[in-house]
Amino acid sequence: MTWGTDRVTVAYGSTTALQEVSVDLQPGQIAMVVGGDGAGKTTLCRTVVGLEEIAAGAVRRPPRTCFQPETSGVWADLTVLENLQFVAGGYQLPPEHSRARIGELLEVTGLASAADRLGRQLSGGMRQKLGVAMAVLSEPDLLVLDEPTTGLDPVSRLELWSFINRSAQEGRALLISTTYVDEAERGDVVVALDEGRVLASGSVKSIIDSMPGRLFAASESLGARSWHRGDGWRVWSPDGVDMPGATPAHPDLADVVIVAALLSETS
Amino acid sequence: MLAMIRKEFRQVTRDRRTLAMLIVMPVVLLLVFGYAASFDVDEIPTVVVGPQADQAAERLPDLFAVESVDPDETAGDAEQVLVAGDAHVAVVADSTGPTVLIDGAELFMAQAALQATTAMQAQVPNLSVEVLFNPDLDTSAVLVPGLAGLIIVFVGTLVTSMSVVREREAGTMEQLAVMPFKPKDVFVGKIAPYFLIASIDIVIVLLIGTLLFDVPFNGPVLPLALGAVMFLFVALGLGVLISSVSENQAQAIQLALMTVLPQVMLSGIIFPLSSMAAGVRWIGYLLPLTYFNQVAKGVMIRGAGLGDLLVPIGLLVLLGSVIFGLAVVRFSGQLRPAREKVTA
Repeated sequence: MTWGTDRVTVAYGSTTALQEVSVDLQPGQIAMVVGGDGAGKTTLCRTVVGLEEIAAGAVRRPPRTCFQPETSGVWADLTVLENLQFVAGGYQLPPEHSRARIGELLEVTGLASAADRLGRQLSGGMRQKLGVAMAVLSEPDLLVLDEPTTGLDPVSRLELWSFINRSAQEGRALLISTTYVDEAERGDVVVALDEGRVLASGSVKSIIDSMPGRLFAASESLGARSWHRGDGWRVWSPDGVDMPGATPAHPDLADVVIVAALLSETS
Repeated sequence: MLAMIRKEFRQVTRDRRTLAMLIVMPVVLLLVFGYAASFDVDEIPTVVVGPQADQAAERLPDLFAVESVDPDETAGDAEQVLVAGDAHVAVVADSTGPTVLIDGAELFMAQAALQATTAMQAQVPNLSVEVLFNPDLDTSAVLVPGLAGLIIVFVGTLVTSMSVVREREAGTMEQLAVMPFKPKDVFVGKIAPYFLIASIDIVIVLLIGTLLFDVPFNGPVLPLALGAVMFLFVALGLGVLISSVSENQAQAIQLALMTVLPQVMLSGIIFPLSSMAAGVRWIGYLLPLTYFNQVAKGVMIRGAGLGDLLVPIGLLVLLGSVIFGLAVVRFSGQLRPAREKVTA
């Protein structure tokens, strides 16, 4: 059984927040939803967990689906331990199992020493780790995390990703939204969104392979289809024709997403 | 500085609801409260009983609005009418001479009635006057029952609405929506602490009132407890309803105050309902605190029992059912709004 959405459309009045968006992920897979602000990432996450009314399409989710909202979902007035205990109670985990699971998660996330600290007293990284721990506590089949790493320092991001990977290895399907394209490359499946529409989707390799035309590297901008990358420029040739003053380059996911956005603009 | 002022004006005008409240509500409140704020008593609901009831009723000044004249009823019957709060003055015209019984639980009416009867004693020397329930016309005795109601409104409406909105602002309401709670579990869990706190508050206020301010507690506890529980349901329901239409805590506070202020001014706690202009008085009759105040005063001061208070308690049950029911429906709808095709 795979989870996700089938051509889902979500509208707020006359504004279409998602237009025929499909995501497909299997147990043990990580699906990354990547896009800029207003792309529809949060709406997609909320739709998958059942918080948004859909105008068309269908959602496939297992009975045990857990969610970490963008705000981390941590209760600020409860301690780390109380947050976890509340979630365990909400999912009616047997007390023995709950105690063991909470102890395990506190250790894995490195939050054991902060167990008695209030949610509001945690750093951003700790709060996000606690949020993910709360979401994963009941051992869901599908875990939806809305921008769990936004605003985190590089070390906290790495720690959180180690925890996320562990969850996937345990057989869970994860749908994670992010604004960072490099982070999206960690996914087995990537869905790039722009203004509620899918720009590209599939595995990182298939998305890169599907890029039409050719990509070139240049030392300066060569027109409207150029963008800055690292210490140089990338230039996209839609018809694959060689670009004077530029050398062929291998595209990565970021390049392909930009090309998809350019294509979307012209169409 | 000009830039700062311009930015502030922009922010104020962007929040249309707050702006409307800042401009429209003072006018509305001034008009409503202006017509309500009156200690002048123009008429007092009065019953006249005893063999000479007809003659006595004819000789009463206009201040006493005679609602019933019954020569067959006795002083005991008349007193029972006052206990039930159906009238606030009873004239007993029997062979022992005319007696005016005044309901001391309605302070301003009692003062006006006393003044009028003192003037009448010049023409009717054998007229005796008796203030029942609160013979010294003690202000705290009259105010404390209403204060208990105000505390219920404060905790039930204001604090509850803020708590629900805070949960939504923090994003934790989404967590609750996704967790395997039924909406009613979240609803009951959310309001239960405030129900308990408000209940404890009422007991504390009434204990302090009776022990420290010598407020009488003449009636049985049961009708007061019943009225308080019903009123608490109304207040909590209002709190949840307010939270369902508020985007943030500031809006919730504003809206909650808009429900609290009219209840303070128009429920009869401070100004007698009968002194208010008819239109404003009807607003008072729609407010739940009006009926809780009647129950609390009835039990504590007049010693009224459940049978005497069926109307206000019944109205509290009605208001509670409507408001609490609406709150449950809205809360449940907002907690899980999605109605989509799902394949598990």
